[in-house]
Amino acid sequence: MSAQTRAPRDAEELASGHLTATREDARTARRRSLALLGSLLRPVQARAWATVALVVLAQAAQVAGPALVAVGLDRGLPALRAGDAGPISLVTLAYLATALLGGLLTAAVVRVSAQVSQAVLLDLRRRVFRHTQLLSLEFHERYTSGRIISRQTSDLDAFRELLDGGVTTLATSVLTMVLTAISLAVLDWRSGLVLLVAVVPGIVLTRHFQVRSQEQYRRSRTASARLIVRFVETMTGIRAVQAFRRERREAGRYGALAEDYRATSNAAIRLHGRFDTGLTLIGNLTVATVLLVGGLRAMNGDLTVGTLAAAVLYARRFFTPLAQIGMFYNAFQAAVAALEKLSALLAEEPSVAAPVHPVPLPAARGDVRFEGVEFGYGDGPTVLPHLDLHLPAGHTVALVGETGAGKSTIAKLLARFYDVRDGRVLLDGVDLRDLDPRDLRRAVVMVTQEAYLFSGSVAANIALGRPGATRAEIEDAARAVGVHDVVMSLPQGYDSPVDKRGVRLSAGQRQLVSFARAFLADPALLVLDEATSSLDVPGERLVQEGLSTLLTGRSAVVIAHRLSTVMGADRVLVVHDGRVLEDGSPGALVEAGGRFAELHAEWRASLR
Amino acid sequence: MPSDPGGAVPAPSAPRRVGAVVSRLGTWLRPVLPRLVLGGLGALGASLLALAVPQVLRWVVNGPLIGGGNLSAVVAAAGLVALLGVLEAFLVWTRRALIASPGTTAEREMRTALFDHLLDLPIAFHDRWAGGQLLSRSMSDLSMLRRWMVFGLVMLVVSATTVVVGVVLMLSTSWPLGLVYLTGAVPVIWLGFRFREDYKVIARRARDQAGDLATTVEESVHGIRVLKAFGRGEDALEEFAQQADELRGTEIVKARTLSRVTFALGTVPEVVLALTLGLGVWLAARGAADLGDLVAFFATAAVVNAPVERLGQLLAMTMDARAAADRFFEVMDTEPALTDPAHPLPVPPAPPGGSRVELSGVHLRFGAQQPGARDVLDGLDLVVEPGETLALVGLTGSGKSSLLGLVPRLMDVTAGSVRIDGVDVRDLRRADVRAMVAIAFEDPVLFSAPVAENVLLGVRGLGEDEALVRAEQALAVASADFVADLPQGIATVIGEEGLSLSGGQRQRVALARAIAARPRVLVLDDPLSALDVSTEAVVTQRLRSMLAGTTTLVVAHRPSTVALADRVAVLEDGRITGVGRHSELLATHPHYRYVLTALAAEHAEPAR
Ligand SMILES: Nc1ncnc2c1ncn2[C@@H]1O[C@H](COP(=O)(O)OP(=O)(O)O)[C@@H](O)[C@H]1O
Ligand SMILES: Nc1ncnc2c1ncn2[C@@H]1O[C@H](COP(=O)(O)OP(=O)(O)O)[C@@H](O)[C@H]1O
Ligand SMILES: [Mg+2]
Ligand SMILES: [Mg+2]
Repeated sequence: MSAQTRAPRDAEELASGHLTATREDARTARRRSLALLGSLLRPVQARAWATVALVVLAQAAQVAGPALVAVGLDRGLPALRAGDAGPISLVTLAYLATALLGGLLTAAVVRVSAQVSQAVLLDLRRRVFRHTQLLSLEFHERYTSGRIISRQTSDLDAFRELLDGGVTTLATSVLTMVLTAISLAVLDWRSGLVLLVAVVPGIVLTRHFQVRSQEQYRRSRTASARLIVRFVETMTGIRAVQAFRRERREAGRYGALAEDYRATSNAAIRLHGRFDTGLTLIGNLTVATVLLVGGLRAMNGDLTVGTLAAAVLYARRFFTPLAQIGMFYNAFQAAVAALEKLSALLAEEPSVAAPVHPVPLPAARGDVRFEGVEFGYGDGPTVLPHLDLHLPAGHTVALVGETGAGKSTIAKLLARFYDVRDGRVLLDGVDLRDLDPRDLRRAVVMVTQEAYLFSGSVAANIALGRPGATRAEIEDAARAVGVHDVVMSLPQGYDSPVDKRGVRLSAGQRQLVSFARAFLADPALLVLDEATSSLDVPGERLVQEGLSTLLTGRSAVVIAHRLSTVMGADRVLVVHDGRVLEDGSPGALVEAGGRFAELHAEWRASLR
Repeated sequence: MPSDPGGAVPAPSAPRRVGAVVSRLGTWLRPVLPRLVLGGLGALGASLLALAVPQVLRWVVNGPLIGGGNLSAVVAAAGLVALLGVLEAFLVWTRRALIASPGTTAEREMRTALFDHLLDLPIAFHDRWAGGQLLSRSMSDLSMLRRWMVFGLVMLVVSATTVVVGVVLMLSTSWPLGLVYLTGAVPVIWLGFRFREDYKVIARRARDQAGDLATTVEESVHGIRVLKAFGRGEDALEEFAQQADELRGTEIVKARTLSRVTFALGTVPEVVLALTLGLGVWLAARGAADLGDLVAFFATAAVVNAPVERLGQLLAMTMDARAAADRFFEVMDTEPALTDPAHPLPVPPAPPGGSRVELSGVHLRFGAQQPGARDVLDGLDLVVEPGETLALVGLTGSGKSSLLGLVPRLMDVTAGSVRIDGVDVRDLRRADVRAMVAIAFEDPVLFSAPVAENVLLGVRGLGEDEALVRAEQALAVASADFVADLPQGIATVIGEEGLSLSGGQRQRVALARAIAARPRVLVLDDPLSALDVSTEAVVTQRLRSMLAGTTTLVVAHRPSTVALADRVAVLEDGRITGVGRHSELLATHPHYRYVLTALAAEHAEPAR
C-alpha cells in the first residue's frame, strides 16, 4: 500500500503493528478477540465440558491397562500356578472391557469435539457473513473484497486449528500434569517444592513467548490477507493482466508478498521452536535438580532411595506433556491473532445504521423528497452542496448531466446506500433513516450499469429480484425485457449456469438479465442508473416498451446518456456539480433553449 | 443469492495414490530434502532420547546412589541427567530449526508456481473456474501440504519405524505372544484400508465445499451493490449458511469416519494385549514362559501402542494432504489451451502506413454452446486496412466482443485465421501479439495502483518522466480531466484499495490505457458507452485525430461512436454482411438501420 492512500484504514490495521500501534490498541484488540472467543464458546459450553469429561474418562481407561497387566502378573499368575484360573480370567475380562471402553471413549471424543468445533465455526462464519452484508457500501469501498475473503478463509482456518486439536490435547496434558503433581506431593512434598521453583522461569519464558508470538501472528495474519487481496485482484482482472502483458510483473509482486508471508510464518514457527526448546530445557534441568536435591538428602538418610527413584520419575513424567501444552498455547496465540482480525471486522459499525424504531411502509407510493440535502463520500469533498427536490409519485423523472455531476449520487441516496450529511430524504413522507429496511428495499429498487451476475443459473439470477417467484413469473420478466429468446437458446434454457460473473452472456445480455430482476421485484420506485448503456438500440427500445407497461402509475428515476431514453420521461432534471440547473418536461426544456436543448440538438445531429 | 456449488468446478480428476503424490511433490521437496531428513533424524533422536532418559534415571538412582552415597557421585549423576536434558532440548531445537524453513520455502515455491501457472492459463480457463476454488487451492491446500510434509510425513515415518522396531523386539522377547500381537495387525490393516477409501472421498468433498464457500463469500462481496439494491442480504445469508452447514455436515462425517478408525486402532491392540496377558500367564504357569520376559514384553507393548494409536490421526492427515495435493495438481496439470508456438515467427516489421488485420474464414465456438447451435462466429471474413478505423456494429450477443478477443489472442479461433501484417497470430509469441495490439474492454478493469500506473500498464521501456508525459497525453485524449481534481492528481491510488471512480471515469482511464500503449492495432470495445453526450463528443473528436494512422477496430452501439470510424462492418449471424460508410449502409443495409437507428424504427425488421 503506498503512502498516497487515505487516512489509516481502520483500527484493525493500527493494531496489526504496521502503522503506529500503541500498546493500548494491542491490548484492546486482544481483549476484544478474547471476548469474541468467549461469546463463541458460550453456546457450546455444555458439549465442550462433556468433551473434557470424555477425555478424562478415556484417559482413565488407558491408564487402567498397565495396572491390569501388573495385577495379572502379580496375582493372576501365582493363583493359576496354584490351580485357580479365576483371577487371571477376571483380569483378562476386565482388560478386554477397559480396552473396548477406552476405544469407544476415544472415538466419542473425536466425534463430539468435531461437533463442538464445527458448531462454533458455523456460528462464526454466519456472524461474519451477516455482518459484512449489514455494513454499508462506504465500508466495502475501503476494506476491499480480498480482506473480507481472507477473514472468512485463512483467518477462520487459523482459528479452526485451535478448535480441532487444542482442547483435547490441553485436557489430556493438564490432567496428566495435575495427577502427577499430586502423586509427587503425596510421595515427597519437598521434591514437589522443587517443581514449584521451575514455575518461575516457565512463566518468564511463556510471557516472553506470548508477547513475541502475538506480534508475530498478527503480522502473519496481515501478510496472509495481503497475499489474498493480491490474488483476488489479479484473478479478477486477469483479462487486463494478460492483454497488457503484466504477467511477469504481477508474478513479481505476488512473489514478494508470498515471501513476506513465508517469512512471517517461518518466524512464528521458529518462535514456537524456541519456546518448545526452552520448555524442554526447563523441564529437564528441573528433573536434574530434583535428583541433586534428593540425592543429597538421601546421602544424609532423609530420603529412601526408592522414594527418590519414584520422585525423579514422577518429575520426569510431570514435564512430558509440556510440549503439548506449548503446542496448544501456540495454536491459541495464532487463533487469538486471527480472532483479533475477525472481531475488528465484527466491531465495524454500519455507517448506514438500521433504525431503532423502524417505521413500516407496507404500500409505498413512491413520493420522494430531498430536503436541504448535503452529501459527500466519507470525509471527502462535498458532492451535493444543497439539494431540494420533490419527485411526486407516479412520474418518470430523468436525470441528465455530465459524468461526475452527481446523478448516481442522488440515485444512491434514494436507495439509502449512504446517509446524507445534512437535511433528509423522505419516501412518502418518511425519513429513509427511520424506514423499515425491508419495506425500503421492497419499495425502491436500483439497477446500475454494472450488471453483476452470480454464478448459478439464469433463473436463479433473475429470481434474485423476488425470491420464491415461480418459473412462469421469471419467464414473464425475461420476456418483458426481451431476453427470453436468448435464454432459451442456451443449452439448458433457464437452468443454464451463467459461469463466473455471467461470462457466458454478452454484456448487453447481462444488463437485460439484471433488468429482468427489477421487473420481477416490481417496486414502487424504480431507479435506473445508466442501466441500458451496453444495450443496442433495438434492445433498449424493447426494454423501454416493457418499462412503460411496468411503470404505469409507478415512479421511476432514470439516469441515461442517450436522449432516446430521456425523451420519454415526464420530467427532466439537468444536474451539474451537484445542483439542479434545469427542471421541466423534455419538450419545455428543449423550448427553453438551455443545456438540455443543446444536448438535444447534438443528439438529433448524431442520428443522421 | 443463486449459487451452484461445484457447478463451476470441473469434475475432480482421478485421485492419485499417495506414492504418486509424494513423487509429484518431489519437485518441491528435493531442494529441501537434506534439511528435512536431518530434521527428521533430529525428531527421531529426540524421541529415542526421551525413551532412554527414564532408563538412565533408573540406572543412576539404583547404581551410584545406592552404591556409594558420596557427594561426587550424586553430583555426577545429576550432571549426567542435566547433560542428557540439554542434549534433548538441543535435538528439539535442531528439529524445529531445520524443518521450519524448508517447509515454508516449499510452500512458497508451490504457491508462486501455482500463481505463475494461473497467469499463463487462458481467459477461457478463468471463466470456467470459480474464484474461491483457485484461492482455496493457493492458500489452505498448500498450507495443508506444508504441514503434512514437515509434520505428517516425518511423524508417519517415525511412528511406523517405532512400531516395526517394537514389534520385532516383542517377537524376539516371546515369539508366541508376539505372533498373537501381530494377528491384531490383520483387522487393523483391513480397517485402515476401508478407512482410507471412505476418508479420501470425504476429505476431497470437504475441501471442494470449502472452496465453494470461499466463492460465495467472494461473490457476496463483489455483488454487494446488487444485494443491497434488492435488499437480498438475508437471502444471501440463508444460502451461505446452508452451504456452510453442508460443509459442517461433511466435516462431521469426516470426524465420524476418523472416529471409527480411532476406535479400531485404540481398541484392537489393547484387546490383543488382554488376550496375550491371559495367554502369557497361562504359558508362564505351565513354565513355558519366563516372568521377566512377560514384564519386558508388556513394557514394550505399552510403548508401541501409543504410535499405533497415533497412526489414525496421521493417516487422516495424509488423506487430507492427498486431497489437497490432488486439487493443487488438478490446476497445475491443466495444460494451457492457448500457448506460444514451438517455433515462433519473428514479429513482422511495422509497415509505414499502419498494420493490416485480416480475419479469414473465422469460426468461433464455445464449449458451453448448445450442440446444434450455429457457431458464434461462422466463417467470418474481415479486413481492417492499414491505418483505418473500422467500426463493428451488431446486435447484443452477435459476437462482437468475442471477435475482438481474437485479435490480441486472448482466445483462439476454432477454425480460420487472424493475421496481422500477414502473420497468423498463432505463429507469434503471445507477448509479441499483445505488444502489437492494445485493447479497451467493455467492462473497464482497474487495479489498486496510482492512476498513472493504471494508464501505463501496456507501456514498456520509457523513462519515468517520459512515461508520465505519455500518461498525461493519453488521459487528455480520453478527456479524463477529473484526474487533475483527484486528491493526489495522477498519483492518486484508485481501484479497490484506493479511491472509487464512477463508471464513466473508469471507462476513460481504461481507454487512456489502451491509447497510451501506442499499439500497432487498437481494439476498443464500446469505449464510450458510459460517457455523457458532451464528454463523448470531446473524446470522439480527440480520439479521431489521435487514431489517424493507427489501425483501429471499435465496437459501436451508437451512431455517435460510429462517427469515429472510416468504415463500418455489420456483424450478423456470425458473419460480416456489409462493409461500407455509415451513410451508405444506412441507405442500403436494413439490418444496419435496424441495429443503429432509433428513428428508423418503422423500417425495422420484426423482432429477433
Ligand atoms: N464511492 C465514491 N467515493 C468517493 N467519491 C465518489 C464515489 N462515487 C462517486 N464519487 C465522486 O462523486 C462525484 C459525483 O459522482 P457520481 O454521482 O457518480 O456522478 P455521475 O453519476 O453524475 O456521473 C464525482 O466527483 C465522483 O468522483
Ligand atoms: N464464455 C462463453 N461461453 C459460452 N458462450 C459465450 C461465452 N462468451 C460469449 N458467449 C456467447 O457468445 C455470444 C456473443 O457474445 P459477445 O461476443 O459477448 O456478444 P456482443 O456482440 O454483445 O459483444 C453470446 O450469445 C454469448 O451468449
Ligand atoms: Mg453515474
Ligand atoms: Mg460485447
